Amino acid sequence: MIAALRAEWTKFRTVRSWLFCLLLIPLLTVLLSYFTTANSDCGNGPYPGQPVTLACSQPIGPGGEAVEDQFYFVHQTLTGNGTLTARLTGLSSAALQPWAKAGIIVKQSMTPGSAYAAMLGTGARGVRFQYNYTGDTAGPSSAHWLRLVRSGDTITGYDSADGAHWVRIGSVVLPGLPGTVQAGLFAASPQPSSTGAVQAGHMPTVTGTFTDVTVTGGHAGSWAGTGVGAVGPLRSAGDSYQQAGGTFAVTGQGDIAPAVAPQAAITPIGQTLTGAFAGLIAAIVLGTLFMTSEYRRGLIQLTLAANPSRHRVLAAKALVTGAVTFVAALAGVAIALPLGKHILHKNGNFFGPISMATELRVAIGTAAVFALAAVLALAIGTIARNSATAVMTVIVVVVLPYLLAVASPVLPTTAADWLLRLTPSAGFSIQQTFQQYPQVASAYTPWNGYFPLAPWAGFTILCAWALGALALAAFLLNRRDA
Amino acid sequence: MSAVLHAEWTKARTLASNGWLLAGVAVATCAVSILVAATTKCSAQSCGDPAKTSLSGVYLGQAAAVVLGVLMVSGEYANGMIHVTLAAMPRRLPVLAAKAIVLSGMMLAAAAIAVIVCELAGLPLLAHDGYGQLPAGAEVRAACGTVGYLMLIGLLSLGIATAVRDPGVAVGIVLALLFLFPVFAHFTDTTWQRHLEQIAPMTAGLAIQDTVDLASQPIGPWAGLGVLAAWSAGAMLLGGAVLRYRDA
Repeated sequence: MIAALRAEWTKFRTVRSWLFCLLLIPLLTVLLSYFTTANSDCGNGPYPGQPVTLACSQPIGPGGEAVEDQFYFVHQTLTGNGTLTARLTGLSSAALQPWAKAGIIVKQSMTPGSAYAAMLGTGARGVRFQYNYTGDTAGPSSAHWLRLVRSGDTITGYDSADGAHWVRIGSVVLPGLPGTVQAGLFAASPQPSSTGAVQAGHMPTVTGTFTDVTVTGGHAGSWAGTGVGAVGPLRSAGDSYQQAGGTFAVTGQGDIAPAVAPQAAITPIGQTLTGAFAGLIAAIVLGTLFMTSEYRRGLIQLTLAANPSRHRVLAAKALVTGAVTFVAALAGVAIALPLGKHILHKNGNFFGPISMATELRVAIGTAAVFALAAVLALAIGTIARNSATAVMTVIVVVVLPYLLAVASPVLPTTAADWLLRLTPSAGFSIQQTFQQYPQVASAYTPWNGYFPLAPWAGFTILCAWALGALALAAFLLNRRDA
Repeated sequence: MSAVLHAEWTKARTLASNGWLLAGVAVATCAVSILVAATTKCSAQSCGDPAKTSLSGVYLGQAAAVVLGVLMVSGEYANGMIHVTLAAMPRRLPVLAAKAIVLSGMMLAAAAIAVIVCELAGLPLLAHDGYGQLPAGAEVRAACGTVGYLMLIGLLSLGIATAVRDPGVAVGIVLALLFLFPVFAHFTDTTWQRHLEQIAPMTAGLAIQDTVDLASQPIGPWAGLGVLAAWSAGAMLLGGAVLRYRDA
């Protein structure tokens, strides 16, 4: 095996055009990534034809993720332990969103992104206990008496159908909650999930109607209304509250939830690596030629005479191809990713907080996608023995599905999702940094940066394709006359 | 010239792979078009372009067209046939011209069959889903334009392959030219996006299929096909120049 590896490595490094092709991988990756990042601005894409500049930054929640924190808050201070109770009699809106919210909330401060726990009713998703943007527990949908109890750092949510018998829905520890917090009623209505459905100044609002509002514990006693956070250019007029006797009507817009694209202008980190597609085509050509040129020049007979174990020859070729493309691609990615991040950041793009581990996964994963695509090309080259057909086939299965699903709106979303589940293009999921949340309605489409598979699941699909093709290639190489 | 043409036609007709590739162009175009037409539904906001949807298989069909165009000349370099060809016909440019004519003729036949099948099978499927009726002129323009698109893609491939000779490299370059522009356009700002879509061979060329909302497209149908024609002409000129001055 060592001898076979050495033979293949020697062949590889002595062909000048292959070395040139190898050099093209990092070169194209860096130059074209630089071109696209230098010419992109924040909020590009999600709202075609809509002259709205999105706010290109989001508050950061206690869990370290980018969040939406915009709502109308009728509040008073609550010092020490206490209880907040209200009866939510109805939600009304001109365009009631399924996830429109109204309810009671205990919040660390008025600063967007601060810790909270809330009991709330929704447009169509029942009564929920939600906390710190990502936490979400469903309660019985018929009960409309809501209660939050603060005890130290722990907040517990209850609901009740009659205001007498209370059911505990959930509780959460908010570490470091200050002695004095804000407590009160809120309303928020998120942007509809269909892209571009909202014109500037026409963000939908929701009105929550409350009765029987009581606060126990050290509280100020008088209510004040404040709009928390900035809804941005879509904001419509109408946030307010009215109090008539014991009845409150609170009207608000926005959302208290994790931030998702395209409503929030978050840039996927993979956008720093668009040039990789050009480098990838060079890697595919290289992988194919490493096998097909042996057939073209008759060198294959010599190779197989020198090393009669054909599996071993194929394995050695696959190892050499994979290793050199991985190293070349990693060199390109290692420059393109930090450079692209810097430029996009300067252009006003917002990535959200991304951990070092995630960034490494994207960088190394992308280089591994190159290596696997090159190995797939080598295998298809062995099967087809003809470089034109092989290069075409591999580009069509690796690049074309990505193009059709992500970068071009020709296909319906279901078809786009299936392309990115089944074809080798699924491997690009490794670049995904966005997360889908069931409690936020959004267009979770490839076009908006959401892959149907989790990063490693998608990567595994590409691995399976490369290994499957390699197995078929080994079988045919063994059975056929060279 | 007629002898050269006859020679090229004989070569093209007797090569088994050409038949398979032509069938590939037609089958891939029809199969994907009909599949997309059958699964596409009008969304709440818009219906999309019925002509574009019913001809969407051209995204895949063009890949076979690229291989066909490349192999017209690269195949000869790969097996040494080019020496015989140029010995028999020492004037090189007429050889390239004859190849271009034969390739265009074959592509015309395959693409015409594909487009007729797509339109006959796909448009009724879409009409069923509530797509509006197209003005006949626009429909004919989209259909004939798609045939022209595939012919021009063939010529682009022939020109690039003549210049670089290696079939794998030629296919890589042509598909990179076709597929990479839209990816970059997706990630750049609106100004650059528009510019890239105006100059890219695939996005500009496929503008010929636009039948609705023409004013908001980055480039008009005929101007778009003209951009692709310019790419093909440029590639053929480059290929011709290289063939004329290089040792075979």
